Amino acid sequence: MEIVEFTATVSGTAEAATVRCEGDLNGRADAAMEAAYTEAAALDATQITLDFEQVGYINSTGIALIVRLLTSARADGRTVRASGLTAHYRQIFEITRLSDYMEILDDAPIGAATTAGGEGA
Amino acid sequence: MRDCPKALPADDPRNDSRTPGSDGDDDMTELTRPIRRLLGRSDSPEPAAVPAAPAVAEPSRAADGPSIAVDIPESDPLLAYLQTATGPVEIAKLELDSPAVAAMREAGVALVVPLVSQGELIGTLNLGPRLSEQDYSTDDRRLLTTLAAQAAPAIRVAQLVREQAHEAAERERLEQEMRVATLIQQQFLPRELPNLPQWQIAAYYGPARAVGGDFYDFIEMPGGRIGIAVGDVTDKGVPAALVMARTHSVLRAEATRSDSPGEILARANALLVPEMPARMFVTCLFAVLDPATGRIVLANAGHNLPYVRTANGVIELRATGMPLGLLPDIRYEETEGTIDPGSSMLLYSDGLVEAHDPANEMYGFPRLAEEMKVDDAGSELLDRLLDTLHAFTGPDWEQEDDITLVTLRRAAGVSDEPHGESTLLTEFSVPGEEGNERLVMDRVAAAVEHLGLQPARLERLKTAVSEAAMNAIEYGSQGRPDISVEVSVETTPRAVVVRITDQALSGPVPSDAEAPDIDAKLAGLQKPRGWGLFLIRAMVDEMDVTTDGTTQTVTLTLVREEGE
Repeated sequence: MEIVEFTATVSGTAEAATVRCEGDLNGRADAAMEAAYTEAAALDATQITLDFEQVGYINSTGIALIVRLLTSARADGRTVRASGLTAHYRQIFEITRLSDYMEILDDAPIGAATTAGGEGA
Repeated sequence: MRDCPKALPADDPRNDSRTPGSDGDDDMTELTRPIRRLLGRSDSPEPAAVPAAPAVAEPSRAADGPSIAVDIPESDPLLAYLQTATGPVEIAKLELDSPAVAAMREAGVALVVPLVSQGELIGTLNLGPRLSEQDYSTDDRRLLTTLAAQAAPAIRVAQLVREQAHEAAERERLEQEMRVATLIQQQFLPRELPNLPQWQIAAYYGPARAVGGDFYDFIEMPGGRIGIAVGDVTDKGVPAALVMARTHSVLRAEATRSDSPGEILARANALLVPEMPARMFVTCLFAVLDPATGRIVLANAGHNLPYVRTANGVIELRATGMPLGLLPDIRYEETEGTIDPGSSMLLYSDGLVEAHDPANEMYGFPRLAEEMKVDDAGSELLDRLLDTLHAFTGPDWEQEDDITLVTLRRAAGVSDEPHGESTLLTEFSVPGEEGNERLVMDRVAAAVEHLGLQPARLERLKTAVSEAAMNAIEYGSQGRPDISVEVSVETTPRAVVVRITDQALSGPVPSDAEAPDIDAKLAGLQKPRGWGLFLIRAMVDEMDVTTDGTTQTVTLTLVREEGE
């Protein structure tokens, strides 16, 4: 399986912005994640949804980037949600207690079998 | 102590103060040339020798010919006199109860010119009588005073340069000796630790700057038993390393002839006594472990007693005996114990317990016994002991002695049940380059694909492997593509075992790293990173870290469930 470079595309309005993430979320996604947050903040969005549907791999350095984005958003008075997570990564978001601070959408049961394309990690 | 310049011949043209229009600098240059050549500081504690003037003035011979040594002991009043003298001193007229003065008179010295630099007497210029048999004139003395004042600083500089060169050479010699000692030492340390099912074995050897003679060894013995030796040679440097090497060889040889640790030590002692250098000996503990039962039999030649953490507390396994190499015909008593599942054993050298904190308090046995009470898995005990030691000694600690630690832990939990026969699924290495953790993860996933692990459990294994590989790359290889990370995947009927080995370039993985706390991270009290070990532990059933002082291996165990 190849390493897939990370990209983040921002869309939305002043009410809600969506950051569509794609690729491997690791330390190398640093600049892309920061730029995405800056862009979402420029929209003055009060709520930011991180869409992970096209993310096949998240490691601990990727989690650190989410923590950093979450820190900025909270400081700026924005809420952050996550969608499109596989069951495995939802479990990791719960173990790390990221889910205490981010609403996790697409509530599939943890431990459910996932397709190869969607699981990836 | 001082070395003084050789006397110049009286009436030497270079010394002729009566030369009209003579250039003072030129005179000094001519005069100090032989002085520079002849001056030097001795490291000998003996009194300084003062080369004196030849009694007969033969200019061409006297300047370069043999000199007569005159000792000036530090206690001789002549030194104090010259220190405060304002110019040349006529030895014949000097009324001083001084053996050095008598020796100078005997040697034919007529005039002594003190060479003083920055208030310190650094030498003397000794002159014999003038060839003309006339006394030294006032002009002569004035010129000599001027010359001495100008020459002394130059001579002092020459002395300092020579001292520094000597010290640098001595430092280089010591460092070279330490390099040799380290090389010898490392040649004899095991390159691999025993790989025993249900046992986690870790070892650490940390040399002091002046390498001591610590060693440890694992020796395969009949019946699947393992001989474990930990020793410490008195003295440091190359002599200690050579004795260590010899002891290591003798123990290995004797372990093939007997399975009794007492007999092995007794025979080793008999061989070492006749060849042991004076004032040297070896403390050594030799244990024989039966991994199948946990039974351990040991004998002790004056070494620290091992600690065993049992379900009922921490105990010492006591056995006594003389160090190796001191006296012939020594018998070594044996003691035995059992390491139960979940129990640990520590063998160590005194570099650990004799370490001091900045207030000069010793680490000590009670502190070590207290540390042993904590139930760590595998090498976490070793890592924690080192962390505790470093916290105790502080960051500026200069390690006083070698430190050797060997820990054995009989696995508890999932490992209590035998894993059964192991099958190697794959073995490979990857360059220690950022991003290759993904490659490791995918190759491990491919290797276990046929086992039919449940998808969610496979994902957990993959995340743990990815994080362990990332640590190995980032810390063990420091991101260097030329430093590889080794990976092996084995399976047993009970579990999947992944081992990831790195070169530990950044030292061991800290076992007590601050647990990540999302509240603290969001509050800016912790860095956003620091999730790796936490995730690994959460993803697999067991994580164990072992080190042999050169490499570090993280072992991940995922228990297989029914149908997998």
